[in-house]
Amino acid sequence: MIPALGLVAGIVLGLLLQPAVPVWAQPYLPIAVVAALDAVFGAVRALLDGIFDDKVFVVSFLSNVFVAAFIVYLGDQLGVGSQLSTGVVVVLGIRIFSNAAAIRRHLFRA
Amino acid sequence: MSEDAAAPARPPSARGSRIHWGGRGSAILGALLLVALGFALVAQLRQNSAQGLSALRQSDLVRILDDVGGRRDRLAAEASDLQAQQRALAGGATGSQAAIHAGPAPLGGLGRVGGTAAATGPGTEVFVTDPQSAVRSAQVLDLVQELRDAGAEAIQIGSVRVVASTWFADAAGGVSVDGTILRPPYTVLAIGDSQTMATALEIPGGVVASLPDRAAATVAAREQVEVTALHAVRAPRYARPATTARPSPS
Repeated sequence: MIPALGLVAGIVLGLLLQPAVPVWAQPYLPIAVVAALDAVFGAVRALLDGIFDDKVFVVSFLSNVFVAAFIVYLGDQLGVGSQLSTGVVVVLGIRIFSNAAAIRRHLFRA
Repeated sequence: MSEDAAAPARPPSARGSRIHWGGRGSAILGALLLVALGFALVAQLRQNSAQGLSALRQSDLVRILDDVGGRRDRLAAEASDLQAQQRALAGGATGSQAAIHAGPAPLGGLGRVGGTAAATGPGTEVFVTDPQSAVRSAQVLDLVQELRDAGAEAIQIGSVRVVASTWFADAAGGVSVDGTILRPPYTVLAIGDSQTMATALEIPGGVVASLPDRAAATVAAREQVEVTALHAVRAPRYARPATTARPSPS
């Protein structure tokens, strides 16, 4: 309940403050957001499985975000940034889909 | 990554033994992370909707340029296809025009067969005398059929052109041909091979031989026969040209 309120609070805060993304973060923020969404979906799935753990969620969230951003950074340095970010998005998208499918099975029994 | 969240594999004993996270502290931390996530989400959405090409990487720009180039090539190919199609259709239209303009020559031939054009040529003149009007329409029809079988290309009886739809009926004092009452003597003009027609008409037991006793027929070959009577063609009420519109044969 508290995390959901936190998400809503963050969205409201963003809408109110209307932040501008700094230039150095522009390549990494979208990937980081997708990775964080992946962590959130995994957390919801774990919650429904009854194995949710706050600590695991925090660690997975941060590591997800940093690893994703680091991969893209590495790709940018190697000259394959756009391809690598595409790959990261694809992988995270697949994970989000499988987590969403598990959540769906929990919620709808189908 | 989130597999840890989905299925923590480490045993509960190991959990929390190394570092002690306050249960409440990590919950608050998670909530803060979600605050950051919502914030970043909104920021990125706003950024993405606001930014144009200027914020893109060089490689992205090159890819977009490539996409645009490929799309332009495809559209150009499609345009050239359509232009070729248009030229083909225009060529077909002029072809139809040419066919219409070239029409009168074949139409003349059709007109001679269909009775809408005067015809001249070598042929036969059949003169049937019948002072007592004994000749019936059936015998006139026989005469016409015999001429047709002998290859007559244009036939005229009296002032009536004989065409495919011509009908014969008995009438008082004569024969009705296509509604025109002809009275004896009858003059039948036929264009074709006069020798063949004469043979066909005068064959023993043929048309001439089977005329009534009081009637007689003379078959004369002519160098030049003029079939000038015309058959009036009514505009068809139901039939329409199946392909392109062409002028009526009349």
